[in-house]
Order: sequence, then structure tokens, then C-alpha cells
Amino acid sequence: MTNDNKIVAGGQPVKEKRHSFVFDLFKRMVVEKPLGTFGLVVIIVFLAIGIFAKYLIPYSIVQINLFKMNQPSSSAHLLGTDFLGRDVLSRFIYGARSSMEVGIGAAALAIIISVLIGAPSAYIGGKTDMIVQRFIDVWLSVPPFIVLLIMMTLLPHNIFTMIMVLGTTAGIGGARLIRSAVIVIKPNTYISASEAIGNSRLQSLLRHVVPNIMPMIIVAFTLGVGQAIMSEAALDWLGFGLPISISSWGTMNPWPWAPLAISLTIFGINMFGDSLRDLLDPRLRGGVGRYSLKPKKLQQLKKYFAKD
Amino acid sequence: MGAYASRRLLWAALTIILTSMVVFLLLRFIPGNILDIIQANGGIDRAAISKLLGLNVPVYVQYARWVTGIVLRGNLGSSLMNSRPLTPLIVQRIPLTFELCLMSLIVVLIISIPIGIYAAIRQDTILDRILRSFAIILISVPNFVIAGIITLYVFVWWHYFTPLQFISIGKDPLGNLGMMIMPALALGSQQTGGTMRVMRTMMLETLRQDYIRTAWAKGLKERVVVIRHALKNALIPVITMVGGWVPILIGGSVIIEYIFNLPGVGRLLFDALNQRDYPMISAITLILSVIVVLSNLLVDLAYGWLDPRIHYQ
Repeated sequence: MTNDNKIVAGGQPVKEKRHSFVFDLFKRMVVEKPLGTFGLVVIIVFLAIGIFAKYLIPYSIVQINLFKMNQPSSSAHLLGTDFLGRDVLSRFIYGARSSMEVGIGAAALAIIISVLIGAPSAYIGGKTDMIVQRFIDVWLSVPPFIVLLIMMTLLPHNIFTMIMVLGTTAGIGGARLIRSAVIVIKPNTYISASEAIGNSRLQSLLRHVVPNIMPMIIVAFTLGVGQAIMSEAALDWLGFGLPISISSWGTMNPWPWAPLAISLTIFGINMFGDSLRDLLDPRLRGGVGRYSLKPKKLQQLKKYFAKD
Repeated sequence: MGAYASRRLLWAALTIILTSMVVFLLLRFIPGNILDIIQANGGIDRAAISKLLGLNVPVYVQYARWVTGIVLRGNLGSSLMNSRPLTPLIVQRIPLTFELCLMSLIVVLIISIPIGIYAAIRQDTILDRILRSFAIILISVPNFVIAGIITLYVFVWWHYFTPLQFISIGKDPLGNLGMMIMPALALGSQQTGGTMRVMRTMMLETLRQDYIRTAWAKGLKERVVVIRHALKNALIPVITMVGGWVPILIGGSVIIEYIFNLPGVGRLLFDALNQRDYPMISAITLILSVIVVLSNLLVDLAYGWLDPRIHYQ
């Protein structure tokens, strides 16, 4: 254990202990990015709450008790009760479930759509690319939130349509991001090599282009979850989202638990996504280094030169 | 530049035409027939309504009628609720939404640019860390939560309430601004946080360029180096961001106008969506989209003016 990766004096190489990529990434995240780790912890906690919601809730989420309306927190109801006497903590726990379902589902759908549109468009290039991009231009000129509102007006309100609507709307816009990533890696030699050995365009796209923009895809997915949760909450809040019968952070009335949870989740996701981007793609890292001296040092220098 | 501008104008016109199709079809191709919804609500004669709404002809004829009405007579259609013409109704409410978005844009820039610059030139000091965390918090909290916090706490603590009646900017400019400042802050909260971060990063990057070192070497004061030499170059990506905000701010104005009870286009759209007033929905969406297209055009043309290194081909 003490001498991993080292050669012992006897000349016998010790068997190198190799970690998987994910483990390495996780280790670097914990060591280098405390805020990113905090974000990851927040995400995992809320995910766990969502997955095990059924076993965690102290009361039924639909149980109405009109004798106990709008109660403050007590030992029986830790976060109090809402305007129908339902237990806020239970609804909060179930809210994590629907918010996470919508967030992850919509972000996954969005990234699939983005890759399906963006990667071929950039890889084929030329006229095809131009036409696809102009259509995305047109799509993006309608304010996205208004598209969401219109779609939710006409479609039935449930988690499935919510995922579909949020996923499609975000996916078409996100295609632009994937396109720019593919354009950056396209001139690389390994892409031409793949074509030179006779791979079809589809093969090189699947085997070489998409795996090489994977960091970008993962980061876009992570940040997309936060965006989807936020849009879902905004739609719920205006009455265009999930029906009140489904407990979600957006449909929850009591202040301030649900907004706090939404903000904390988005904070966690943003931090985790940013750290992940820094770790996966060092080229995107910005703002390293110092432009000038620290103010204190500057004062010292000024004094020094003033003497002359 | 001239050739580029004219090509860009042509493309903007084409985008507006295609967008009008998207807006028109959005309401027709999404499952859920308008007639079914009206019938479910009222149970009236289906054929008569369909004729009244002009839905008894093929879709392309409907589209052609709609577009010729807008282009030739400036007629956006009439409301399903009270059959009043939509054009004056919408035109009357546009200034408020425009003012809200413009004001929140200005407020965002006024707050975030100085803070971004300060955080960059005092990198890694305690205040820089505090401002950075503040920016991250602003990005994470949705704007409707900020609006809720403002309505709940700011008004309670400082006894400041938004006037119940809308004050028009023509009658009482100061009163109007006082009323709009809170909604504008809430609307732009996330953009403020984002701009702070971008401004800080870009400033750090710019301050490490050779010409900045030259400026220092000439013995210029820090204020001159930062403001005259670095700021203008660091601002370019912020301008790009501003262009991207227009659709986001317009979308957000629906929520903010609802919370603060402002009679703007967003509020009108919200009511129209709740009443299923389809001609109104498509008319408002079309107008807002046209505004987005035009603002994108302006941003694109502004680049050349701001950054002489950019050449159009």
C-alpha cells in the first residue's frame, strides 16, 4: 500500500494500482473543488429523498385535515401544515421526487435532441448546416418561456407532457452548443483518419465525434437539469404546470421551503456542473492567474519607488 | 459593412416570415383542438364557431388571410372573448413591457459591471470572494422567488408598497420609475449574477494582455488603465450576452408582470392563455418574436461598431 506506482529497490516493479476514470474524476472533484463536491452532495441528497420518498414521508401527502390548517411547525408536523391541513414535510419530500423526475427526464431528452440535431449539422457542414442553423434561429426567436406556456395551455398537465415539452424546447436551442463543440473538434486529424480508412460518415460520427464531445454533453446535461427544474417550478407557479394534486416544489404553497429547495438544488447543480467542466475540459478554464500585484504589495512598491 | 448589413436585414425579414408560420402552426399542430376546448366549455354549434373563427378553410388559406390582414390593414385579428380588435389593445400595452425589459437591462448592467470590475482588480480578496458567492446565489434563485421575497419582505420592512394603480410615465415619471424598479430588479436578478461572473472573468483575461502591461509601464493610474484600456475590450462578450437576454427577459416579464400586477403585454398574454383566447395568443407571440428578431439584428450590427477587429464577409 505504501509504495504504489514506485519501483522497489530490488528492481521489481510493483503492480500499478489503477483507478477507473470516474473514480479519478471523483477524487479530483473532492480534492480540488470543494464547492463542486458540496453541489454533488446536495444533488445526491435530493435524489435519495426523491427515490425513497415513499418510505420517508411521515404522513400521506393527500390526507386533508381541516382541523389543522396552516399550522406552524411542531413536533407532529415538522414543517407545519398547509392551507388544507396537509403535512408540508411529506409534500416537500414528494416534491423532490416530481421535481427530480421532470428535471432529469427533460434534461436527458433535451441533450438527446441537441446531439441528434447539432452533431450531424456541424459534421456535414455546408448548405445543410446553414439551413439547419437558420431553422434554429427561427425557433429561438419565439421566447422559449412563451413557447412553454402555449404548449402547456393546449396539452394535458402531467409529468410526461412536462418532460416532453421542456425537453423539446430546451433541446432545439441546445443544438447550437453541440454544433459549436463539433466544429471545434472537426479539423482534428483523427476525424480525417477515420474517414480515410473507409468509415462512413455515420460511423465516424458515432465512434469519433460524439465520444470526443462527451465532456461537453455531460456538462450540458447537468446544467440542463437545473434549468428544467427552474422552468417547471415557474410554470407550476403560474398554474400552467403540474396539477396541484401532484406534489411538486412548484405547486407547493408554503413559504419558504419549496423556493429554498429549488434554489439550493439549482445552486448545487450549477456548482457541480461548473466544476465538472473545469475538470473535464481544462481548455475552458478561464481567469487563472493574477494580473497585477496584490494591493498591499503595490503599496510597498510605490513606497519603494517614491524614495528614489 | 453595407453588403453585410443588407444581407442581415434580408435574413431578418425572412426570419420574421418563418417565425409567423411557426407561431401560427404552434397553436394548430399541437394536439388539442381549439374547437373541442370551446365546445367543452360552452357546448355551442360547432360549424357556426368554426365559420366564425375562419377555421372552415384549409390551414394555408387561414395563414394567408391572417398575414394579409396584418400586412395590409395592420389588423391582428379580434379577441375571442369580446370580439374587440386586438391591434389597439396590444399596442397600448407594449410600452410598459418595453420599459420593464429595458429598465431591467440597464439596472443589470449598472449593478453588475462595476462589481465585476472590482472583483477582478481585487482578485482573491475577501470582498471578491463575498461578491462571487453573491453572484452564484443570484444565478441560483429563480426570478419569481426573488419577486416573492421582494413583495413579502422588502415591502414589510421598508413599508414600501407598489402603488395599487398604475402610474404612467407621461404623468409622473418619478413615480413610474419608483414603481418599476423592484420588478426590474427581480426580472434581471439571474442576469445580474451571470454578468458579474462573465465581467470578472473577461476583465481578468484582458488585464493580462500585453497592452495593459504597456499602459502600466507608461505610469498610468490604475483607474485609467482599468477604465480606459481594459473595460472596453472586456465589455464585448457582455454585449453578446445582452443580445441573448431579450427573449429571456420577455419570457420572464410574463411572470413578473403577474406578480407585481403590471398591465403589460406579458399580463395580457397570461390572461389570454387562461381564457384560451387564441387570436390574442398568436398576435402577442408574433409581436414579441418580431421584437426578438429586431433586437438580434441590432446586436449583430452593433458588433462592428464596438469591435473594429470583427470583419464581416
